Amino acid sequence: MDAQTSFLDKLFDRGILHSSGVDGLYARSGAFEDVIRRFEDYVLKIGEGETSEAMVFPPGMTMADFETSGYMKNFPQLAGTVHAFCGDNHGHMDLLECMATGKDWTEGQKRTDLALTPAACYPLYPILARRGPLPEGGVTVALQSYCFRHEPSKDPARMQMFRQREYVRVGNADEAIEFRETWKRRGKEIMDALHLPAHVDVANDPFFGRAGKMLGASQREQELKFEMLVAITSSENPTACMSFNYHMDNFGKAWGIARADGEPAHTACVGFGLERITLALFRHHGLEIENWPEAVRATLWG
Amino acid sequence: MSTAETVREIVAKHGKLPVDVGSIADDGDLYSAGLSSFASVQLMLAIEEEFDIEFPETMLNRGTFASISAIAKAVDTICAEQQAA
Repeated sequence: MDAQTSFLDKLFDRGILHSSGVDGLYARSGAFEDVIRRFEDYVLKIGEGETSEAMVFPPGMTMADFETSGYMKNFPQLAGTVHAFCGDNHGHMDLLECMATGKDWTEGQKRTDLALTPAACYPLYPILARRGPLPEGGVTVALQSYCFRHEPSKDPARMQMFRQREYVRVGNADEAIEFRETWKRRGKEIMDALHLPAHVDVANDPFFGRAGKMLGASQREQELKFEMLVAITSSENPTACMSFNYHMDNFGKAWGIARADGEPAHTACVGFGLERITLALFRHHGLEIENWPEAVRATLWG
Repeated sequence: MSTAETVREIVAKHGKLPVDVGSIADDGDLYSAGLSSFASVQLMLAIEEEFDIEFPETMLNRGTFASISAIAKAVDTICAEQQAA
């Protein structure tokens, strides 16, 4: 049995996660959620003094904003869109007939105005754009969202539905880059406080296809993305538990977010993979939270 | 038409540059002229189609598409290898 399946089975056996029958879709126990809550409180305290406002998003975003994000250009294989039955009585009978006979009943499903949110900060940008030009000095938003990525896996650290907590900086290029550098440093301090062995490395997003190879290489060459890597189910392929991203003015231009001087905003974000960090804690400190190192418990539970 | 001249035409058509391609020298930096990452990918696909070649993964990076002469050099290298094979 490989390390991924074995760790996942242990989590199921202890009731920390509960299987749904589909890889990457799990129920979380109270203990698991408590760790997530404590970690979020801890991270929120660190950025408290610099945050303009906080938002929590539902797991879906508008189809129009999803299209504007450009996600389908880069990651069509990971996206999920919401479709629903929009037929009449006759269509309903056909649907039930298909279900009863084991045929594909989803053919008549029609697109709705919703897509599943692929990255926690996407729903923020159109909200900021609608407000008009940013205040002088830009804004910093603390946010959280459930995200979806279609990548079923036995690796418990690669879920299809998971939460990202983020801080997003929206301002000029210098402000965005300074923010990212600050959080790279703080990210390591957080990992040290949690006694998790971690290191930062330059990274690229999993862009689709051959074109994606080029986009990935370009992203690395420009050092736009860094990840905080922790070994969870493999030391050769450690898991990205945080990411530190500078988007240049891509989102500022895509959504039309203007700075106070009228120029397109530059954005940066730090993302915390809440399930991944929690899994890293269980992996490194054991499945019994009571037995975690005192210093780690003190960091999280105060 | 030389490779560089053909490449120049493709850059004009697919590069989505905010400036006139005629104002860019063969060795001029296309990124500083405004070539976006996404446009560079479209450029890559258009060049593959025009010359009937496939860029190897080792060439799929910013350097390969940094200038008209860099692209032309990559195309010539791939064509020479295909003929030799």
